[in-house]
Amino acid sequence: MADLSINLAGIKSPNPFWLASGPPSNSAHQAHRAFEAGWGGIVWKTISDAIVNTSSRYSALNLGTLRMAGFNNIELTSDRSPETNFREVAEVKRRWPDRAMVVSLMVDTRERWHEFVQRSVDAGADGVELNFGCPHGMCERGMGSAVGQQPTVTERIVSWVMEVATIPVIVKLTPNITDVTQAARAARKGGANAISLINTLNSITQVNLDILVPEPEVGGLSTHGGYCGPAVKPIALHMVQSCAADPEVGLPISGIGGIADWRDAAEFIALGSTSVQVCTAIMHYGFRIVEDMIEGLNDYLDAKGLKSVTELVGKAVPTLKKWELLDLNYKRIARINYDKCIGCNLCYIACEDGAHQSIDLVPPNSQGLGPGRVPGKPIPQVREADCVGCNLCAIVCPVDGCITMVSIDQGRQKMSWSQYQEKVARGKMKPIPAHP
Amino acid sequence: MPVTPKLGPEAAAANMADIAPPYTPAEAIIEASRCLFCFDAPCIQACPTGIDIPSFIKKIVTGNLTGSARAILSANILGGSCARVCPTEVLCEGACVVLDREGDPVKIGRLQRYATDHALERRLQLLKTPARKSGKRVAVIGGGPAGLGCAAELAQLGHKVVVFEKKLKAGGLNTYGIAYYKLKPEDSLAEVAMIQSLGVEFRCGVEVGRDIPAAQIQKEFDAVFLGLGLGKGARLNVPGEDLPEVVEALDFIEQIHTRPLHQVPVGDRVAVIGGGNTAIDAVTQAKRLGARDAAIVYRRSQEDMPAYQFEQTLARTDGARFLFNVVPVEILSNGTGHVTGLKLARTASADGKVQILPGSEFVEAFDMVIMAIGEAKQVGLFKELFPKLELEKRGVVVRNTDTGQTNVPGVFAGGDCANGGREVVNAVAEGKKAARGIHALFAGQAASGPIQPSRYGVKGAPVGSGFDRPIRVTELEREYAKEHKVP
Repeated sequence: MADLSINLAGIKSPNPFWLASGPPSNSAHQAHRAFEAGWGGIVWKTISDAIVNTSSRYSALNLGTLRMAGFNNIELTSDRSPETNFREVAEVKRRWPDRAMVVSLMVDTRERWHEFVQRSVDAGADGVELNFGCPHGMCERGMGSAVGQQPTVTERIVSWVMEVATIPVIVKLTPNITDVTQAARAARKGGANAISLINTLNSITQVNLDILVPEPEVGGLSTHGGYCGPAVKPIALHMVQSCAADPEVGLPISGIGGIADWRDAAEFIALGSTSVQVCTAIMHYGFRIVEDMIEGLNDYLDAKGLKSVTELVGKAVPTLKKWELLDLNYKRIARINYDKCIGCNLCYIACEDGAHQSIDLVPPNSQGLGPGRVPGKPIPQVREADCVGCNLCAIVCPVDGCITMVSIDQGRQKMSWSQYQEKVARGKMKPIPAHP
Repeated sequence: MPVTPKLGPEAAAANMADIAPPYTPAEAIIEASRCLFCFDAPCIQACPTGIDIPSFIKKIVTGNLTGSARAILSANILGGSCARVCPTEVLCEGACVVLDREGDPVKIGRLQRYATDHALERRLQLLKTPARKSGKRVAVIGGGPAGLGCAAELAQLGHKVVVFEKKLKAGGLNTYGIAYYKLKPEDSLAEVAMIQSLGVEFRCGVEVGRDIPAAQIQKEFDAVFLGLGLGKGARLNVPGEDLPEVVEALDFIEQIHTRPLHQVPVGDRVAVIGGGNTAIDAVTQAKRLGARDAAIVYRRSQEDMPAYQFEQTLARTDGARFLFNVVPVEILSNGTGHVTGLKLARTASADGKVQILPGSEFVEAFDMVIMAIGEAKQVGLFKELFPKLELEKRGVVVRNTDTGQTNVPGVFAGGDCANGGREVVNAVAEGKKAARGIHALFAGQAASGPIQPSRYGVKGAPVGSGFDRPIRVTELEREYAKEHKVP
């Protein structure tokens, strides 16, 4: 049994799985249910001055039979009063002392920030998360992403908070920015103890083609919503790793963005997250999903021989480099296992129409029978000399283990683009001829 | 005792309900989502009519049901009935790559029904005929699947078609002779109506040779398509065969299609003689209409049965019995004038020939006997209608399998009368091929073109998309440079 407990900038929890600030973390009722299910912590839905929400708030991107591949919302911060929220925060923390209780906050003036941070401390919170990320509604009032998109404003508000904070302060970053590390550096400069990312992305998930209004539709109109769910995971991983790899950030990270199972969580942790936050998957399936997350992560760590989840934190960060440092002499090619091939020839048409024209359709073996059960049906054959190793065929292949990308040792020394440029400049080698 | 109906209307309707009910929208999308959208899908190649199956399935997923139905019907005008009656297990679904991956193919037949139902129920006009007609007239003799396949294709190619049908309604076996739980007559007739809406004229209740001389048709029309199917059921030539409770399987099935189900007489103990798919259809429907006992009587072993495995399983599930290696030597009536049983003899097969084992006779009680031992070829009819028409030794019309052209100029043939008896989908494909052949004749072309559009382009190896070899743009540029003398 690996040790799943974590300590994020002083905030401790028995496992790295936290509820992200959002609809599932809006009340004591939900928090109790979540902790009963096994969640290690909660980031309470953002407390601000009470707001008013619209009716019709969520929309999704469904892919074929897969529901909620992406998801967006136009809900604002908590629609409950600060009094109710802080009272419930205190209740929940009293009943679940071993779980992490982080309160998400969003207010405007220095005085209000001071007040809300103090109220969080008074309620027994283990930390606060500053919501500088909401891309809708609040930013139009000078809060949320309006703060997070301007590093100088981020830094100033963080510093206000740090004036009074006696518990760790996490700054939640918006992805709606060109370079997220600039915002992360600002948080660091302001004195933050940790960052969490990503908040939701500006989005329109779909247009209702009957009435020509995007969803979610509110009385014939709609607005840009915050996008989340499995579809945003790759963007979130990129941003988490960027912050983890930036020495000028140097803060512990709570990873957020499309995490739905232990594999997602392990990837976020490997790219530098100490804790991970989940919202959309809970909105889809309920709190019970944490059971498999805990078990799956545990078994994975055991299989990897890691005694603690903290050993995994950031392990994959150094393997991500700038493109110019990649080895130009590394070569891989596609190999097709004909025992597994079912004859769909998707690899052929993907390569032919969508990539590098390196797969031929050839007559099947001497018996005249190939995969696909139709006599004489052509089978795909990789022209290895022309294969650039792009991976597309292996990606489209619907059979696991049928197409593998094989590394080919060409007996050449490693050479990055930077080294190549240098060699050419010094006249040590001729430029590599362009692809025909 | 004469046989009588056994079940009330509700029980009969319930027993004869669709064996594969239509998909709900949710079911259809889930099933359609299993399709991998193969590039050169084996299912297309396994379909005699060459329906672009991955395309029609993809269109179901995107909610483009009209386009889906168009993709099906443009390749196979009887796509709706084929969706219900095709032995998909040995055709498209048998070739499905998902079968190789998961052991369970995409249910192409049921998806095809889902899409075609959408069009046929709404009477959508999906196919077009050219505004400018060719002025050519074609007579189609026989309104079954082959004739309909030919007529629909010819209409879409701009020719005037008149279908001569002996029965009161067109559709052939689709209207009168398919197991009721697979295909309802109204579904077949909806297809006939769709073909009618393409401008095809139907003259039903008209028997060529009796009501109109073949010579007159040949004179009045520019081409003739023969889709006459097969003739009357073959006879066993045993005593008792003319007793009133001895019926041909296709006559029994026709009654099911022309009377209210609860008025179809069926025996209490029914013997079905034969081992083909029609025998299965007969025994299963007898059972479903209330026969207490229904048995297949087949002269060879189970392994020799021509009926598809899944059809045999269906009959067994319905409670039918199978008597293998037995042959009727007499249909008994015990002087009552009605069937009372069968005198059967055991058989052994030697060198592919069935021999009766002497002294092995035994009697089983039955009150109805259904003959399903194949249909006779229409040799006599052809000799009478087209004396010069060349027939094969086994009695089928000799024709070019690509064009349907017979030895008589302007006369084409397809379907059971030419192939000896195959599936509905084969008949449609042959009708369609013959239509292309007739069109080529009118246009003065030698070849009629492939029935299945090729995704490979020119045959040969290696092949690429549309070219006879994979070709790079740079090669094309080089060729262009050479041609145009660009440096």
